[in-house]
Amino acid sequence: MSETDQQSSCAGHASRRGAVEIRGLTKSFGAVSVLKGVDLRIAPGEFVTILGPSGCGKSTLMRIVAGLERQDGGEILIDGGSVDEMRPSARDIAMVFQSYALYPHLTVRENIAVPLRMRELSAVQRLPGARLLSASARRAVREADRAVRDVAALLKIEPLLDRKPGQLSGGQKQRVALGRAMVRKPRVFLMDEPLSNLDAELRVHMRAEIAQLHRSLGVTFIYVTHDQAEAMTMSDRVVVMMNGMPLQIAPPEEIYDDPADLAVARFVGSPRINVLDGRVQGGGIAAAGVVLPLATGLADGTSVQVAIRPNRATLDPAVAAPRVSGRLVHRENLGSDLFLYVATEGSAEPLIVRQDPGIAGRLAVGEAAEVGLPVEHVYVFDAEGRRIALLASDARRRAHG
Amino acid sequence: MADQAYSRPAVRGGAGRGGLRWFDPVAAALAGPALILMLIFLIGPMVVVILLSLTDYQLGAASLSFVGLHNYAEMFGDRTFQKSLANTLIYVGVVVPCSVLLGLGAALLIEADRRMRGFYRAVYFLPVMATLIAMAIVWEFMLHPQFGVVNLTLEAIGIPGQSWLQNPSLVLFTLCGIGIWQSIGFNMVLFMAGLTAIPSDLYEAASVDGANRALDRFRLVTWPMLGPVTLFVIVITSIRSFQVFDTVQVITKGGPNKASEVLLHTMYTEGFSFFRTGYAAALTVIFLLFVLALSALKVFVLDKRTHYA
Amino acid sequence: MNQELGPIASILRHVVLLFGALIMLSPFIVMIVTSLKPQSEILSADFTLWPKTWYAVENYRAALTSTPLLLYMLNGVIVTVAIFVLQVLVALPAAYALAKLRFRFRGLMFGAVLLCLLIPMHATAIPVYVLLFKLGLLNTYASLILPFAISVFGIFLMRQFFLTVPDDIIDAARIDGMSEFGIVWRVMLPTAVPAVIAFGIFSVVAHWNDYFWPLIAVGDRNLFTPPLGIAYFKLDEAGTNYGPLMAAATIAITPLVIGFLLAQRRFIEGITFTGMKS
Repeated sequence: MSETDQQSSCAGHASRRGAVEIRGLTKSFGAVSVLKGVDLRIAPGEFVTILGPSGCGKSTLMRIVAGLERQDGGEILIDGGSVDEMRPSARDIAMVFQSYALYPHLTVRENIAVPLRMRELSAVQRLPGARLLSASARRAVREADRAVRDVAALLKIEPLLDRKPGQLSGGQKQRVALGRAMVRKPRVFLMDEPLSNLDAELRVHMRAEIAQLHRSLGVTFIYVTHDQAEAMTMSDRVVVMMNGMPLQIAPPEEIYDDPADLAVARFVGSPRINVLDGRVQGGGIAAAGVVLPLATGLADGTSVQVAIRPNRATLDPAVAAPRVSGRLVHRENLGSDLFLYVATEGSAEPLIVRQDPGIAGRLAVGEAAEVGLPVEHVYVFDAEGRRIALLASDARRRAHG
Repeated sequence: MADQAYSRPAVRGGAGRGGLRWFDPVAAALAGPALILMLIFLIGPMVVVILLSLTDYQLGAASLSFVGLHNYAEMFGDRTFQKSLANTLIYVGVVVPCSVLLGLGAALLIEADRRMRGFYRAVYFLPVMATLIAMAIVWEFMLHPQFGVVNLTLEAIGIPGQSWLQNPSLVLFTLCGIGIWQSIGFNMVLFMAGLTAIPSDLYEAASVDGANRALDRFRLVTWPMLGPVTLFVIVITSIRSFQVFDTVQVITKGGPNKASEVLLHTMYTEGFSFFRTGYAAALTVIFLLFVLALSALKVFVLDKRTHYA
Repeated sequence: MNQELGPIASILRHVVLLFGALIMLSPFIVMIVTSLKPQSEILSADFTLWPKTWYAVENYRAALTSTPLLLYMLNGVIVTVAIFVLQVLVALPAAYALAKLRFRFRGLMFGAVLLCLLIPMHATAIPVYVLLFKLGLLNTYASLILPFAISVFGIFLMRQFFLTVPDDIIDAARIDGMSEFGIVWRVMLPTAVPAVIAFGIFSVVAHWNDYFWPLIAVGDRNLFTPPLGIAYFKLDEAGTNYGPLMAAATIAITPLVIGFLLAQRRFIEGITFTGMKS
């Protein structure tokens, strides 16, 4: 998107604010380079998740967008204007923290009202008793009260308004933190691992609620997490970050089905993707004792890595595919799914195959197994882990999808 | 100023020094007043007192001259100083072991059972709170040779009364007694904090291991666990005892015949009665050396070994 | 050590502790009893716990009228409150900066705080006295208050406490629009109330009872604090008019003792907490 595109897209959504543009952002702490030049454009109203392992720089990125940390280089624009010199509160953003960060000495009502009181009342008007003297302060307080009640109604936390954070459960605190963010009607919502302190069941529930909240508010959400399920279920687009660099920026399905980097392929998907060492050999790739008919156009002998998702590999003899022979070392029956671990010579880790219990149900640990690798589902990466485009892959992809 | 606030984030782990500005207006506004007051009332005076001790300055005098170590030479040749230093060391040497042991005993006995625990704790702690000057005057009255309660009580059980504050060979120990009376409660609550920090399952383990008698449990669990606290209490009681002044100033004025003269009282008399500021500064430096040596002991030896709170 | 003792050990414990308690309490008992007696009874050779003649009104009236004791008490309140308020105003922002901000000379400043912790009040008395003399501030409230406006101990204590406050709350406050000073007073202070109370008890007890510095800094009787007032009362009365003297002593220790009896646990915790960290 160029500048003019940006303007036209803004004009297209006249009422929609919250376009975020990150340009060449760098940051180091001492000798450690945490962000190595991050570029990212987020459209108004988009839900973008930054996904990555801890230490990849995702939280730092968010803190710089919030204005809590200052970048070494690059800039941040919100709705076309630079916010680099603005304080966090002037950026018209809201942030939800992993620890909720509620003020322990204030009630829920007061907690939610803090951003409004800070914005609407002057320092003098905030003094105790000032409301008795100033009509405008009284009006501002009344309006803040109404806004707090509206938000509380939306989040269904009205009965909790007069409690202190210490008396709330984790899920309730989470809602209050959301309420405090919503009440100021920000251009951009920032969420830093907001669900990671909740138990598994509540996490699934809140996932749906946040997605629904995003739909109803129509505001830009930037969401940081290390949990791929959160990223995959809620986002319009996912930014997979590793070592201070976004490796792939794409919708969730594309991240899963078409990983641009081996690290992305390994990080997303559960159980983990199967990876085999391979070598280019006569128009195909030799791996684990078989030659896969995958044309890379690379010179013979080049080292590559091939990968296939467990649900794409198969033990079904009816499927026509190159087969790698090995031995079943472990089986995990989860009821709906059966995971089979097959040790082969080309790979240090056993290959994982997800199979219908009907097909491989009787295969016992220690028995020989032939793992089929349908080539249309095999990804090829170079030695550095970057995806290699396959020749004639167009035809193959079209046939497949 | 406030507009720069955002660039000063909360400290995160692993944050380096890179990129910190030489002058930071927000930090300066927050920490500046404290720093300035520290320089004016603590660090500056420390330097000045050392410098003054090398001069013949007298308060109000128009000029002063550098006299090198003359003040120190005079001091070490002065009988009053020798007496004062010896008395202070005796005072510390008596008050510290007595008040630490009695404080430990009180803490152990009071914590040994629930009954009347709150009452005892309050009573033993009361002298710590009460204005020492007022209580010193009460003690002086109680120690009066003719109608003081102490002598009346002793005579009632057949022990001859003493001139507690008039007898030169007795007066310092009488002041020690008041010092012990005042310090027991303080040491007691420190020991109590140490006792509550001992995990109760250690006592249960000791019982299972066959330590059935109270003394066995004390030797097996309580004493080893209290060891670091005890060292700590000894050091801070020493520092506090070194600063003995109130009782001496209000009861004996160092008398009779310097028998109860102590360092701070000598310093006070020289500096604020005779206004021999330079000489009093030299006395202060000596006093400071002792206190700093004790503090250093605490910082470098004890802080590594104590693990309460 | 919460188990109960056997009957013999229990009786032994009470005997020893009650005997100790009697000694600890004896000055307080003597003080109060004496403040209720006439001079003739005080100077008699047999001590009675119960006054034969009640002389309380006369003694306490003498204590309050022959010296401006109430003024001394008021001075004590003014000085201790002013010192505590200034200490908090100075120490809290500094403690916040040391605990939660990243700035160039933070390590140096914290080192200075640790160093200053070792300096006893008495060591700085001479230069501070000379300074106040040169500034013409001796014999003023300022001379009683200003030297204690800085409490490095308070800074140290509050910094340790602030370190435990999560960074996220501070970030949330910044996003909500608070200035750094706003964060100190609206976020850090409310979370630190227990530590501030402990420090307050420590500070008030220390300065209400302080004798050394007021003795040096003020000579004007209108500025006397209670310890100084009592000491001069004794001098004036040549130390023999015991009834009023004991009445005055009783009055001087009353505020702290009542505070202690009302909030015993907090006082003991405050002194223990601060004693442990000092």
